[in-house]
Amino acid sequence: MKTGQQNTIAKTTSLLYETGIATGFAFRFFRQWFRRPFEFKEFLTQCYNVGYTSLPLIGLTGFIMGLVLTMQLRPTMLEYGVASQIPAIVGIAIIREIGPVISALIFAGKIGSSIGAELGSMKVTEQIDAMDVSGTNPFKFLVVSRVLACTLMLPVLSVISDAISLFGAFLGINIRGNTSFQLFWTEVVSSLSFNDILPAFIKTFIFGFAVGIVGCYKGYTCNKGTAGVGRSANSSVVVASVLIFIIDLLVVQVTDILGYN
Amino acid sequence: MKNNETQISASTLLTVNDLCKSFGDLVVLDHFNLTLQKNQNIVVLGKSGSGKSVLIKCIIGLLKPDSGHITVFEKEITSLNSDELDKIRKSIGFLFQSNALYDSMTVRENLEFPLRRHSQKRNESEVEKMVVQALEDVGLKHTIDMMPEELSGGMRKRIALARTLILKPSIILYDEPTTGLDPITAREIIELMNTIKRKYGTSALVISHDMNCIRNAGDLIALLWDGKCHVLDTYEHLLKSEDPVVRNFFAN
Repeated sequence: MKTGQQNTIAKTTSLLYETGIATGFAFRFFRQWFRRPFEFKEFLTQCYNVGYTSLPLIGLTGFIMGLVLTMQLRPTMLEYGVASQIPAIVGIAIIREIGPVISALIFAGKIGSSIGAELGSMKVTEQIDAMDVSGTNPFKFLVVSRVLACTLMLPVLSVISDAISLFGAFLGINIRGNTSFQLFWTEVVSSLSFNDILPAFIKTFIFGFAVGIVGCYKGYTCNKGTAGVGRSANSSVVVASVLIFIIDLLVVQVTDILGYN
Repeated sequence: MKNNETQISASTLLTVNDLCKSFGDLVVLDHFNLTLQKNQNIVVLGKSGSGKSVLIKCIIGLLKPDSGHITVFEKEITSLNSDELDKIRKSIGFLFQSNALYDSMTVRENLEFPLRRHSQKRNESEVEKMVVQALEDVGLKHTIDMMPEELSGGMRKRIALARTLILKPSIILYDEPTTGLDPITAREIIELMNTIKRKYGTSALVISHDMNCIRNAGDLIALLWDGKCHVLDTYEHLLKSEDPVVRNFFAN
């Protein structure tokens, strides 16, 4: 019988081992990325699958977030007599934090799980081996194209989501107030600076990469059986979501050190 | 003996020498030896988990052996780089036990995939012609625009066989081609395997424990036992064998 301490050591060792393997997987992505042949057609297909199909969901959640945030904020702001500051506060909150993080979390739920399940089921049904014997580098065809698509599409989705979110915020203000779109927009833009936009935009690339690489890793290393596919889909979402928060924390620290706050 | 005569006169396509493969402490292949001649089908028979699939996965380069040599068309598989391995793989077809058809692609796209991957110089009409020919060979031309999920188990096996055939391989590796099929469909698949052998002059290594497949698809039968090739002989000779291990398999 293992003692509690032995269990903890075993779990920690296993976690460190898995982290090492996953890091090796990520390095393999960077090594393969620059090598020919470039799977450009598959990359475009994945951009469509990852980007276009996620747009309605990310747009809808962005809209609701903007609307709800404004409606929740308004009574308190009115109480303190600073209701005119709502567009500026909402704008900064959405652009700097809420837009990128919520978009990334929704993206992890939709795309991370889908990639984990798809690659996992391909692994279990030997489709990845079949690709290998068909003269295709499956890592390049499946992993590199998907990770690149995620890395490039999430920033685009995040920008669109921010815009829809701000529109939701504008509607939220006008449910009980009367603010013109021009005034709202001027207030939002004048409150934002380069230091607000750039770090927030850059971190969406890192979020996209994290979602893509975790989904691919979990699917590509899936154990045999349908239970394995379920586990890889589930853990893709869980690990990617936790990673998003960790990356967010690190990016905030780094931007703070660099003087972007 | 007819098979021995073939062995002597025909050229060797594949040799496996002293192949060893273990997974941790589990020794799966232990100095396994086998030779496949041109236009010859060898069925590898063995218990479940005895390493039959591991053997053909080592031959195609999906698994790396611990030691030993695998020579295909006089080239040592274990020392090839990925580009050289891809070139050799053009001449080796592999029929997966699970068929491994790409779920997200139509039958046409499944068949086009290896063609486009191995040679991107082919024009559209040539590709179309080859796809139609491969589907005609397996009698499923009408399924060309269907998705794999719309096909029955037997049809999927035939489509997988068509995909294997499309590059006109010299050697086909069949991983349990009749497993999970009803007896009638299994018989059709075996007939198809024999037709392919006659029509294209292919050689095959067939992994199976289906006695009907062993009897009808193999010129020779290799019995994999304790990681070694215990015996290699014709079905008729094995039926009369007094060897206790062989009797275990052929007793009924």
